Amino acid sequence: MSKENDQPTMNRRQLIGGAIATAGAVAIAPGVILHAVAGDGQAVKGASSEKRWGMVVDTNKCSDGCSACVDACNDEHNLTGFDRPATDAQWIRTVKLKDKQTGHINRMVMMCQHCEFPPCVDVCPTNASFKRADGIVLVDRHSCIGCRYCMMACPYKARSFVHEVLQEQAVNAPRGKGCVEACTLCVHRVDAGKTTTACQDACQKDGHAAIIFGDLNDPKSEISQVLKTNNSTQIRADLELNTGVRYLNL
Amino acid sequence: MNKMYYRELYCGTPVRFWMGLGLLATFVMIGLGAAFYMEHNGHWVTGMSNQIVWGLPHVFAIFLIVAASGALNVASIGSVFGGPMYKPLGRYSSLLAIGLLAGGLMVLLLDLGRPDRLIIAMTQYNFKSIFAWNVILYSGFFAIVGVYLWTMMDRSVHKFYRPLGFVAFFWRIALTTGTGSIFGFLVAREAYDAAIMAPMFVIMSFSYGLAFFIITLIAAYLWSDRRIGELRLTKLKNLLGVFVGAVLYFTLAFNLTNLYATQHHGIERFILLEGGVYTQMFWFGQVLIGGVIPLFLIYSPAFDKSRWAIFAASVAVLIGGFSQIYVIVIGGQAYPMNIFPGKEVLESSFYDGVVNTYVPTLAEGALGVGGIAVAMAMVAIGARMFKVFPETLEDPD
Repeated sequence: MSKENDQPTMNRRQLIGGAIATAGAVAIAPGVILHAVAGDGQAVKGASSEKRWGMVVDTNKCSDGCSACVDACNDEHNLTGFDRPATDAQWIRTVKLKDKQTGHINRMVMMCQHCEFPPCVDVCPTNASFKRADGIVLVDRHSCIGCRYCMMACPYKARSFVHEVLQEQAVNAPRGKGCVEACTLCVHRVDAGKTTTACQDACQKDGHAAIIFGDLNDPKSEISQVLKTNNSTQIRADLELNTGVRYLNL
Repeated sequence: MNKMYYRELYCGTPVRFWMGLGLLATFVMIGLGAAFYMEHNGHWVTGMSNQIVWGLPHVFAIFLIVAASGALNVASIGSVFGGPMYKPLGRYSSLLAIGLLAGGLMVLLLDLGRPDRLIIAMTQYNFKSIFAWNVILYSGFFAIVGVYLWTMMDRSVHKFYRPLGFVAFFWRIALTTGTGSIFGFLVAREAYDAAIMAPMFVIMSFSYGLAFFIITLIAAYLWSDRRIGELRLTKLKNLLGVFVGAVLYFTLAFNLTNLYATQHHGIERFILLEGGVYTQMFWFGQVLIGGVIPLFLIYSPAFDKSRWAIFAASVAVLIGGFSQIYVIVIGGQAYPMNIFPGKEVLESSFYDGVVNTYVPTLAEGALGVGGIAVAMAMVAIGARMFKVFPETLEDPD
């Protein structure tokens, strides 16, 4: 059949397909362009596997009756309690231990141990629990469904579930009812280029200096030097989780 | 054998059916109200805490999910293992399995911190997590058993009946293996971290599912004035006896293994001797009511032909099963985690080294009962809409 007018030979299906493709392109293009512009403007550097952030706690220096690190953590992340210790969030806690055989007493702090092989990440059904390239274990508050399986799996009882409606949250640490949370190794400070955590600063200020934070992969860092020259312990080392938090004199 | 006719569930008077359904709907509404109350306020209004993170709703949910896969066994015996006496019960077995799973999942979902994020659980999978696998296994169970039921009811697709029976059977084994592995894969806690959890949950499902099946079958036939012959009930009864014995055997093997290892002496002493409510639930709930009494009712010649003994044995199995899951889920969390082996905890602000207390609240119980009501209501509606129950289950001539 010869062509008798200048209309394009487009059947209905092609027309609809073309329309959808055009509409899609129109809808997506601005986002792509904006993204590209933002990317050009200030490139956000992701976490690098060249670093592994960790912490060392010297139990000999951890002073009886002191709670400076706990208070500092609560202030930093605005972990306001409701006077209900069973359900209030605790990202860091002090523990006093006595050896059953020898009677030797230790005092120390416990928090997320930022394992290389974290059981919480293994069990999380939605990938909300995740480990950054630099070793920090976090919870994505946007995809946590609040199933608490990670709390069942954590060998350190490091995690808390938000049992209440929260108000006046810190910009540093957005939180939400119904999600699980834990120590972030002050990731907001790390990403801002700072080199200390809130608990470490508080411990230092009170003159104990029991906590050192730093890059385990950097042989020149203070934490690496301390760990190289001292015998340190991982809690539940039998689980082979290669914790990022180590203890001296435990 | 006489030809089998199936008919929708009609009671003597419509009022009897609708009153029953109304009662179930009331429990469902109370359960939903309780869930709203807990979600609105946050979990602090429940008995759960940062130490006992899974509470009574999980006990109900796991109990129903485990029973769901077991309820399908009767259908599997009919199609996979070729038991002619079981075949007419296959349709109801599938319907009950779907209903129980739906009830259990409702409770599980509404106890999440963020049940509104169900879509995330359905779309983002961490394939190393057995929970993520379970989302797939549970969804798949609905689909497979639904189609399986269809092949039983529609002659035009009846040729797929046997293959579907096999698929459903293997899927249900996988499902309960997945549910048991939720605990089996928990390396951190002394009470769990055992490969036997998976097969133990499978055998538990056989027992609870069949008990649910017997109770609801007898109830439905009473409700609709239909008759069940002794032959089938006796077969079901004998099967239940085997399953109850098998659950006791697995319990024995699990605890004996733990008693051998010094590392596990603490948790065993807690559950078997010093755990208070958990010890009582283990010995009186799980072993006596859930094991010894049903075995006596099933095998004693005194109750040879008593269908009330069969009914009572099934109820006892369910009470025992509920106790067993309570002891596993909550007893296992109540026992302190051994974070510092060889050390005694003198002070801790986070309950290290102490037995954690848990007192369930009314709202948690209401949500759990609501789940059972959802299961039963789905079964009642399903049986009313579809030809699920044989008109009569009289013994064949």
